[in-house]
Amino acid sequence: MRVITVAGPPSVGKTALILKTAKTLGDDGQKLAVVKFDCLSTDDDLLYRRAGIAVAAGLAGSVCPDHYFVSNIDDCLQWAESLGADLLIAESAGLCNRCSPHVQGALAVCVVDNLSGVHTPKKIGPMLKMADVVAITKGDIVSQAEREVFAHNVWRANPQARIVAFNGLTGQGAGELAFAMRGAPDLETLEGRRLRFPMPSAICSYCIGETCIGENHQRGNVRKMRFPEVLA
Amino acid sequence: MSAHLLALKLDEAQRLNPAFAALIGPTPKPDLSLADWLASLDGGDLDRLKFSRIELEAHLLALIAEAEGFRTPVTRLRELRILGGRDKTGGAENLDLVLRPGAIVSVVGPTGSGKSRFLGDIECLAQGDTPSGRRILIDGEIPDPARRWAASGKLVAQLSQNMNFVVDLTVGDFIEMHAECRAVDAPEQVAAEVIACANRLAGEKFSANISLTQLSGGQSRALMIADVALLSSSPIVLIDEIENAGINRRQALDLLVASDKIVLMSTHDPILALHAQKRIVIAAGAVAQVIETSATERAHLAALEHYDRLMSDLRETLRHGARLETLPPQFSPFG
Repeated sequence: MRVITVAGPPSVGKTALILKTAKTLGDDGQKLAVVKFDCLSTDDDLLYRRAGIAVAAGLAGSVCPDHYFVSNIDDCLQWAESLGADLLIAESAGLCNRCSPHVQGALAVCVVDNLSGVHTPKKIGPMLKMADVVAITKGDIVSQAEREVFAHNVWRANPQARIVAFNGLTGQGAGELAFAMRGAPDLETLEGRRLRFPMPSAICSYCIGETCIGENHQRGNVRKMRFPEVLA
Repeated sequence: MSAHLLALKLDEAQRLNPAFAALIGPTPKPDLSLADWLASLDGGDLDRLKFSRIELEAHLLALIAEAEGFRTPVTRLRELRILGGRDKTGGAENLDLVLRPGAIVSVVGPTGSGKSRFLGDIECLAQGDTPSGRRILIDGEIPDPARRWAASGKLVAQLSQNMNFVVDLTVGDFIEMHAECRAVDAPEQVAAEVIACANRLAGEKFSANISLTQLSGGQSRALMIADVALLSSSPIVLIDEIENAGINRRQALDLLVASDKIVLMSTHDPILALHAQKRIVIAAGAVAQVIETSATERAHLAALEHYDRLMSDLRETLRHGARLETLPPQFSPFG
């Protein structure tokens, strides 16, 4: 089984990218299973079903979405295995820029869009920095110069990644992405494999349901801000 | 290779690539070797840098190794060859077209005939694996998959009327930023050239201090064309219907050709079509004809441009609030 994690900020076009790439992979005779991870709600599983792709949706609800992802990803692989799929794509939305679902040994794809501004690549953390492939969408509506600067800034943030220009409307880029996905390592299980980047060090009172603001309610691992000095 | 890079002093590495300096931030000991610096980092440092130690090392080595790589143009091209595939009914497309730098080709055909597919095939260096079945050869050879995907996206610069500047920066700052990406030696100077050139193409002048998002449609298009001609690394330029862009079209084409690009433009404008040396006629998903612009056609350009000027004079008249009670004599249907 080739396992591919696809992550990126909301509304960059992850689902459109997977759907177009799935078409190319399907034409090559590859069977695909998709798991959509989201926080509160998702309708994207319908889009996959409509395209005839096996899909499971997982909602993190009140649990941190990254912890939810890592607690379930190996089960996803077993599920895809039982379907006889050749590839499993785990699409995760709603992650914060601090985290990343990328697993060592599985192909890691990060999706970002040109509209988010030329400085965005350096603000996105390990989700982009530790990806093997960075797909850049929505290039058809910004200038050539912005596309080049954006791609350059992605390269600066992650010089090891393959950068793919992807058009979610026409599917331009799907051939290249499908090529990368077919070349992903073949895995039997994810058990024992590690995330490429650790989750935040946490467990404070807010992790376990505290909602009240104030010094008295802050316990456990709490980090305080430092402010510029006020001059008298 | 990596041992030699790991022995570099931090300040040497920072000079090689500004991205390296930006990533590691100010360091108290610039003469420390990269290997020693990596060994000195503790968990807190790595947390701040958002990297594991192994990832950080690989990342920094890649930055240094490629620092020289992006000075050189990504793709040089001697020749682009397009071999026919099939039309929408599966019939063979009879096409073997060779284009070299400096060529201007117009692509004409009704809406939905397959102009975008044709341009798209060039962009992804199709190898019989797109709906049209076309194949694209680079310098006479089939690019191997690794080269094909490394070149795709960098081979073709695009200009269309849907495109806008979205970044919130001044014209000068942004073009300078683009120049820095291309690692040109004097980014400020090159940016000034691009802006001066755009001002020659645009009807209305603009300065380097104006915000990109405040530019008019014509000014944006002029800046995009000047930037593609002078700063883009791509040897092929695809232009999609810029006829109403409010710019000097002839100068724009001359500029692109002077920078040794292969220019393909999809257009319905007779003036742009006749400016091309060749025009490709697309029908039902396939190239139906490749027409060389004849000397007679070219001779018509002067007349067409004359009428075009008359029309744009009328446009200017309206713009300035005047009435069009009398038309120039050339517009009389009884001539």
